[in-house]
Amino acid sequence: MAEPISRAEVEATARLARILLSEEEIAGFTSQLGSILAYMETLNELDTTDVEPLAHVLPLKNVLRPDEVRPSIGADLAVREAPDATNGFFRVPKVLGEGGGA
Amino acid sequence: MSGIADLSAFELAAAFAHGDVTARAAVDAVAARIDRLQGRLNAYASTDIAGARERADDLDRRRARGEALGRLAGVVLSIKDNFATSSGATACGSRMLAGYHAPYNATVVARILAEDGIIIGKTAMDEFAMGSTTETSASGPVRNPWDPARVPGGSSGGAACAVAARLCHGGYGSDTGGSIRLPAAFCGVTGLKPTYGRVSRYGLVAYGSSLDQIGPLARDARDAALLLSAVEGHDPRDSTSAPLPPRNYLAALGELPRELRIGVARASFEGGCEGAVLASVDAACAAYRGLGATIVPIEMPMLKYAVACYYIVATAEASSNLARYDGVHFGHRTAEKEPPGENATVFLYSSSRREAFGAEVKRRIMLGTHVLSSGYYDAYYLKALKVRRLIKEEFDRVFERCDLVLLPASPTAPFALGEKITDPLAMYLSDVFTVSANLAGIPALSLPAGFAGGLPLGVQLLAPPLGEELLLQAGHAFQQATDWHRRTPPAGEEGA
Repeated sequence: MAEPISRAEVEATARLARILLSEEEIAGFTSQLGSILAYMETLNELDTTDVEPLAHVLPLKNVLRPDEVRPSIGADLAVREAPDATNGFFRVPKVLGEGGGA
Repeated sequence: MSGIADLSAFELAAAFAHGDVTARAAVDAVAARIDRLQGRLNAYASTDIAGARERADDLDRRRARGEALGRLAGVVLSIKDNFATSSGATACGSRMLAGYHAPYNATVVARILAEDGIIIGKTAMDEFAMGSTTETSASGPVRNPWDPARVPGGSSGGAACAVAARLCHGGYGSDTGGSIRLPAAFCGVTGLKPTYGRVSRYGLVAYGSSLDQIGPLARDARDAALLLSAVEGHDPRDSTSAPLPPRNYLAALGELPRELRIGVARASFEGGCEGAVLASVDAACAAYRGLGATIVPIEMPMLKYAVACYYIVATAEASSNLARYDGVHFGHRTAEKEPPGENATVFLYSSSRREAFGAEVKRRIMLGTHVLSSGYYDAYYLKALKVRRLIKEEFDRVFERCDLVLLPASPTAPFALGEKITDPLAMYLSDVFTVSANLAGIPALSLPAGFAGGLPLGVQLLAPPLGEELLLQAGHAFQQATDWHRRTPPAGEEGA
């Protein structure tokens, strides 16, 4: 059987997870995630063909409340902890035009 | 030697109510111990001694005026550093949230304050509650008060250490896969993970949202009953909180219920734990037989799949929950500029996350992202959700024959700092006996149950959903028959 995860897959996963990794981290994760994923394959000993997945233990569904306006923390407090904010807005890099390419 | 800091939360609340002890004296006694031992044990990420003294003075004045006070009045408490508080820092053991000040109080914090508890500080934890040893805390590793060369367990290691070393009368932690029960066992204190939904998670920094639950770390089961009663109950701000009124568990403590049946799945753990741990389980069974309970041999063949199932579900949920740390809304933002031609926003996210997350958090985000990714979702995540149902159904079947299940809390006694930090899989296997309760959403209580070479050992009782009352009754009865929970660590006495 192939390795549970290749170096290229680790790099692709890091891009999906939005984490820049060093060369050293990529090598380390390839080996560590490989042994962890190999251990997880013990689950394949179990036949789960007709088993319904269980994402959540509670029988609760669609907990609703009346659609009423309530006091909230407000824009100034909401952006207070932002690394860069102005006039109640979060400041982000330019995403359109040259260098953006989003 | 016994002082105000040695009193249990229950005893202190009673002494305060009778006017035998002032709240100020309680804070001063605990603060003196923190002053002496924090440098060695590193249990707290942050403290607010001056704020605790002010609050204590206010409580003393209100008591003197004859005002009715809350159930936690005078009790000096700690909360884990992943509880949002509108005063002081909420760093969650991470460089990502260094200097972060939450704009609101978690519901549990608001309830502690409404019951007149005194919060003296926030306890250190593994980064974002991801760890079994509290070695990954941004404020440095926490030490085991029984032997500072050993880990206190994790991720609520600071809380367990603080309760054991008398650096608070009781603490609140969070448990996603054993993060209350494992450190409770390693530090010789009592730890309760309530039923999923029993305690509001509003304001708890999210790790694995279908697994996370807040609960007490305490001197004994009676204190756990007091601490749980004070904070539980429905919260409209947490849509997963159970629509139930709060209970007073203290009133239910007494004799062990008649004809109690305790299931023991010996084959599931005897090959996987140290001899001393096995001996402590046998001794606990003997103690329960002595109290009139019946030990029922059971089979739990699904338990051995719990760690694999848990680390898929928990990391998948973590990868989603931790997406919010983007360098934009709050927390760390990189000072680096994107290289020419790179997407500026993606670089901002990826570089901020690289700089501020520690190795274990990155590992779990990577693992969770991978098991959810296209091509692997069915093989890992969906498979784990199916196994999760098999684990829950196994508990459902067992609880038709037994009232409670008894398991070790940990396969080993507390191990040395550094011993497992470089081997993630070995570290994950420390959680082998605790994760199943989170997957099934059931309550579990860790009780001090012996010693190995001067280091504490714990056993765990598990109950059906909403079975906290029976768990606490059984824990209290055990502690009337044993004195493991009364032992105090030597680290608390040195230099006294």
